[in-house]
Amino acid sequence: MNPLKAIIYNCSRATYLTDKRLEGKITFRESIALRIHLYGCAACRLYVKQSAKISEMIGDLLKSQPPQGVRLADDFKVGLQERIDRQINKN
Amino acid sequence: MTTPPAIHQLDPKNWVKAYADYLYMYAITRINDEEQAQDLVQETFLAGLQAMGRFAGKSSERTWLTAILKNKIIDVYRKRSSGLRTQELTHAEGEMVDFFDAADGHWKEQHAPQPFGVEDYDPLEGKEFNSILKMCMEKLPALWLSVFTMKHLDDEPTDTVCAELKISAANYWVIIHRAKLNLRACLQKNWI
Repeated sequence: MNPLKAIIYNCSRATYLTDKRLEGKITFRESIALRIHLYGCAACRLYVKQSAKISEMIGDLLKSQPPQGVRLADDFKVGLQERIDRQINKN
Repeated sequence: MTTPPAIHQLDPKNWVKAYADYLYMYAITRINDEEQAQDLVQETFLAGLQAMGRFAGKSSERTWLTAILKNKIIDVYRKRSSGLRTQELTHAEGEMVDFFDAADGHWKEQHAPQPFGVEDYDPLEGKEFNSILKMCMEKLPALWLSVFTMKHLDDEPTDTVCAELKISAANYWVIIHRAKLNLRACLQKNWI
């Protein structure tokens, strides 16, 4: 099968290119092939939309973490500083 | 006459007080394991002490310590993913076959995307979906999660992610794509 036919009939490849395109790393050739596939494939057109939204959600989720006020336990900190001080005095 | 650039000093007697919580927070958002994050903070300070002689004073103390921590986090990512890698990819191969017809590459009917609500996701109202997304992300293999974290939390360019995790660019795209397929399927199944 030639490359053009291969993409027209291949949703696996088209969704791969969709995710690559989201990060702007798609080649011109790949971009054309993807457009041709999407023109005829409603399922992959929906995938394009959903995949972009999912990326957006992941970004929002990761950036909204962590809950404020995550702190180390005080006794751990005391022990840690003591360890550092001992190390300084050794040198 | 020009003023010389500020030379930063290191003051390890003050490190814990000044940076421990900041570094802990930095670690926990990236590796999601309290005990391991705590260990990494400790290792960072100890490694910092060892490396004091190489501190040139060009960056702030905090930036310098954070860079040490970051390298340690990447080591964790690598450890988490090594060994699992072959197995994960083989496993993922199996999942790919599940989504798409092996013969013609079309979506299998039962796996084809359906509209389920994510299309209208609005970040301002999105909070309630975060728990579903979190649950689905936790099901992803460690390597996939590391890639997403570096990409989205640190806005690392693809090349950097590949170099630091020691994966090829081709492998990177396969990882991203498979993670997306699995995430999407999980969200469609669990979306309210």
